[in-house]
Amino acid sequence: MKQPAPDHTGPDAPSGRDLSTQEVARYSRHLVLPEVAMEGQKRLKAARVLLIGAGGLGSPLGLYLAAAGVGHLGIVDFDVVELSNLQRQVLHGTRDLGRKKTASASDRLRDMNPEIEITTYEAQVTSANALDLIRPYDIVIDGTDNFPTRYLVNDACVLLGKPNVYGSIFRFHGQVSVFSPPAGPCYRCLYPEPPPPESVPSCAEAGVLGVLPGVIGSLQATEAIKLILGKGDPLIGRLLLYDALEMQFREVKIHRDPHCPVCGESPSITKLIDYEEFCAGPAKARATAGMPAEITVEELKARLDRGDDVDILDVRNAEEWILCHIDGATLIPLTELPARFKELDAGREIVVHCKTGVRSAKAMTLLLGAGFRNVKVLRGGITAWAQKIDRTLSGY
Amino acid sequence: MIRVTVIFFARARDLAGTEKAVFELSPDATTSLMMQVLVDRYPALRELQDHLRLAVNRSYAAGTAALRDGDEVAVIPPVSGG
Repeated sequence: MKQPAPDHTGPDAPSGRDLSTQEVARYSRHLVLPEVAMEGQKRLKAARVLLIGAGGLGSPLGLYLAAAGVGHLGIVDFDVVELSNLQRQVLHGTRDLGRKKTASASDRLRDMNPEIEITTYEAQVTSANALDLIRPYDIVIDGTDNFPTRYLVNDACVLLGKPNVYGSIFRFHGQVSVFSPPAGPCYRCLYPEPPPPESVPSCAEAGVLGVLPGVIGSLQATEAIKLILGKGDPLIGRLLLYDALEMQFREVKIHRDPHCPVCGESPSITKLIDYEEFCAGPAKARATAGMPAEITVEELKARLDRGDDVDILDVRNAEEWILCHIDGATLIPLTELPARFKELDAGREIVVHCKTGVRSAKAMTLLLGAGFRNVKVLRGGITAWAQKIDRTLSGY
Repeated sequence: MIRVTVIFFARARDLAGTEKAVFELSPDATTSLMMQVLVDRYPALRELQDHLRLAVNRSYAAGTAALRDGDEVAVIPPVSGG
């Protein structure tokens, strides 16, 4: 896909970083804050921030970052404004129904602050354009609404070394953090792989409190401004959880995972992958691969007895391995698999199993995504093996 | 026995059908056992089991960690809405 043509609006590139009389008046409440002052306001004016998504989170983000005087604001979105958006997406109005969100956002923010430069990208972020979109910016803000784009934005930010101000929402709950390896973890350190698509409903399916993205997006905007100013304690290494019903904030300390497939010590992801496929779950991966994906325990036993060359990969965790395992199998727990692909021989046939088949199906998706082609799942997992082949093994 | 308080967030709260629960566990209990106990008590959690993260006393627990009497365990699923 070719790079979408950016649409520049706003004043010509500023000739210097000094503030005009108009700007001094506009930002006077910042200028009297010692933590911002003239130096900080000039930093805001020089800053380049890319906002991915002009929806629920993107609304307060766009409004507050524009109002604060962030000098270069990029906005990526491909959607149009719908009536059901207006319950929470306060960047857009009733008159904008049917318009592109980038156009609506640009008009609203230009009215909010004509002193800043706004660049809109009417596009979906993809593996083909993400690096080019992000490269010119200092800070990226994740205001997206789906897992494939979140993993894509995370990986692209890690590869380019850009801080990623993360926020996400579900019904009455929100999460906020700043991912900025090596100072702290990235999104994949928390969640190495996405959940099955059907297991986490979207806002459209599950509903969302309209003011929730207002709270979470405002927190993201605060973090972005602090990063630009270099003031305060950023949410790096901390995940902030918000519960609107209980009206509670909780903070959880989060750590870098040395085995993280993208920011770890020996990353297996060194370029962007196909994120739609990565997040689609095992059913789609099997369909894509177009090959028999399962082997029964009887077939496996017969082939091992024949002396066939088959590697058995056990993706359960270490505690389960101690309870029982198939002789000759290799243990790599599912959560560690993306960081340990190198231990496997892509040239050999691999039969992957877990307890009953759920995790092995995910492992197969990961393996196929990493370029392994000759992979089968053991139907029924070690539970079937213990029932039908080796009754000395303890079930659990 | 040790007593551990579990707090569920986001989708995990929906699947468990409760926001908070107290469990009595053996003194050698770990976060791995905790997860097993949780999916046994709330089978609906099973579909997200491999994607739930546990934080013990407000610190993210990677791998297996020992639990102690009075610990608070937060169950944090991935969230994608925006």
